[in-house]
Amino acid sequence: MALPKRIIKETERLMAEPVPGISAVPHEENLRYFDVTIDGPSSSPYEGGTFKLELFLPDDYPMTPPKVRFLTKIYHPNIDRLGRICLDVLKSNWSPALQIRTILLSIQALLGAPNPDDPLANDVAQRWKEDEKAAIQTAREWTAEHAKKA
Amino acid sequence: MDSDMNSISSEDDFLDQDSDLSLEQGDADSDFDGDEDGDMMGFESQDKIMKPGRKAYEVEFKVYSPKDIQAYQSKQVTEVSSILGQPPEATAILLRYARWNKERLIESYMDKQEEVLEAAGLSENEGNTSKIKKVKGFSCDICCEDDEDLDTFAMKCGHRYCVDCYKHYLSQKIKDEGEAARIKCPGDDCNRVVDSKSLDLLVSTDLQDSRYQELLTRTYVDDKDNLKWCPAPNCVFAVDCSVKARDLERIVPTVHCNCGHGFCFGCTLNDHQPAPCSLVKRWLKKCEDDSETANWISANTKECPRCNSTIEKNGGCNHMTCRKCRHEFCWMCMGVWSEHGTSWYNCNRFEEKSGSEARDAQAKSRQSLERYLHYYNRYANHEQSAKLDRDIYQKTERKMMSLQTTSGMSWIEVQFLEAASKALQECRQTLKWTYAFAFYLARNNQTMIFEDNQKDLEMAVENLSEMFEKPVDALSDLKVEMMDKTSYCTKRRVILLTDTAENLKAGKGNLLEASEMLELERNSYPWDE
Repeated sequence: MALPKRIIKETERLMAEPVPGISAVPHEENLRYFDVTIDGPSSSPYEGGTFKLELFLPDDYPMTPPKVRFLTKIYHPNIDRLGRICLDVLKSNWSPALQIRTILLSIQALLGAPNPDDPLANDVAQRWKEDEKAAIQTAREWTAEHAKKA
Repeated sequence: MDSDMNSISSEDDFLDQDSDLSLEQGDADSDFDGDEDGDMMGFESQDKIMKPGRKAYEVEFKVYSPKDIQAYQSKQVTEVSSILGQPPEATAILLRYARWNKERLIESYMDKQEEVLEAAGLSENEGNTSKIKKVKGFSCDICCEDDEDLDTFAMKCGHRYCVDCYKHYLSQKIKDEGEAARIKCPGDDCNRVVDSKSLDLLVSTDLQDSRYQELLTRTYVDDKDNLKWCPAPNCVFAVDCSVKARDLERIVPTVHCNCGHGFCFGCTLNDHQPAPCSLVKRWLKKCEDDSETANWISANTKECPRCNSTIEKNGGCNHMTCRKCRHEFCWMCMGVWSEHGTSWYNCNRFEEKSGSEARDAQAKSRQSLERYLHYYNRYANHEQSAKLDRDIYQKTERKMMSLQTTSGMSWIEVQFLEAASKALQECRQTLKWTYAFAFYLARNNQTMIFEDNQKDLEMAVENLSEMFEKPVDALSDLKVEMMDKTSYCTKRRVILLTDTAENLKAGKGNLLEASEMLELERNSYPWDE
């Protein structure tokens, strides 16, 4: 199946004007599959880390949202052990007018503003609520250990 | 009904699902009757309202087909449309947003029009009307096409996309995601709801006629507290009943759909009169948890006379030593083992004091469990018997046929068999639930009356059931007797249900306090705390 114009355009634009702190590169053999990296936002416990993600555009994209998952281990109340992300725009609030670029920005924003009231990783969220300081400390340690810049 | 008044006057619970939606003056009137002047054909014939002579355990209800519901929706839309001065498309959205509460919609619309429109996803931005057109230099944000003669579409919110993408988006929502009443504009973060005029332009009539209308009707019924779908498989009807959730402690609203299925309007389970919904829920949960375990424990174990641990005898020897407290006792007489002297492995000492005391204690601790099992076994038995009776019902038709040939009776003369079979089914269903109900009753005079009624009905049912199993050639002689029994069963059932329903309604029920119920359920747990 030929790649839809929309995906080609988006990819071109991602290459030509990359978003600061974010990179997304399609695989050569599958142009719907992207290797993504996101830099941890400054003044967050993820600062200084670079997180790897994978992103896949399903057949009916952009009518359905892209599938995104963290590959780097991360301590975050809305991201579970398997790297799955709880984010409204990836689910019910997806709009076909959104793009790869906007989704990745939303994920970066989620790193800067964890939401323990709508948790995916229950244990992390609970710790986050009970002892935020300690939770942030753990997030920092994980970042240092797993998300070091290569 | 002062709680009704409260909910009308407060603005906050505009969308409160629990609140009273059928606000027509007399609240017993459902939305569907009121001032309607019979212009909806077919309603009269389906009218199942019981006349004033309605029995205490019956409730008012009506059955509607999807067509009736659709017609009623459009009627309401037209009506409100003229009051609000909004086009029908927008009115439909507003009504859905207000969950079809006309009065509250009109009131709040008059109060703060802008806010309501905004919240319903109808706020005005620019004056461009919703229509398909070509726009110079346009590039679609969804597919990135930018041909000169690309057809594009936008609603009043101005989020413009090419027609193909818009169509694709809508049909995906309708077909795959089952949305209808509240599909939003494909634009990011735009709350504008796609109205029916836009749908007419973009969605094929096929899809609209079938799936979209069906979904709209479904949302309508789901939105209204006084409407529920009949839960029978493949049944298309909805039932309208005005019994409110808060009345379910006092009323058991059994309704009968046109498809023949009888169910409780409160919880949509099968008819469970005379037990109220909350008890049914409790009972089913309790049975699901424990019944089999309890039965096994009752049959196979005893409790240690000292520490009450449950013990299963796993060898032939009667000399028991409790694992937990090391108490030694005799399995047969439950007495202390040391008193058995040298007559080991052979207990014939029934008269001994220690033994009989231990047995008394045992009996007492088992009492709660036995009490539960008493009710459960009878409940389960009626359920089972009803199933068997149902099998017999299927054979009834054959019986009726052969009766016609052997005894020369006419078709109409053998109808008594079918009537008997139906009565049997109905009575067993009721009896079954009387046992669940009785589990939660306090011991008092009212309960004794209830149990008498229960006994009378049960005896009548068993008698009839027995006759039913007689060979075909005997049936014709039994005809008169069976007809008598059938009407007697039905009468006993009415008496039992009326009596219980009246007490329940008057709030002078003989039900246990919630705390007592909990204790009963706990104590009859088959395992030790």
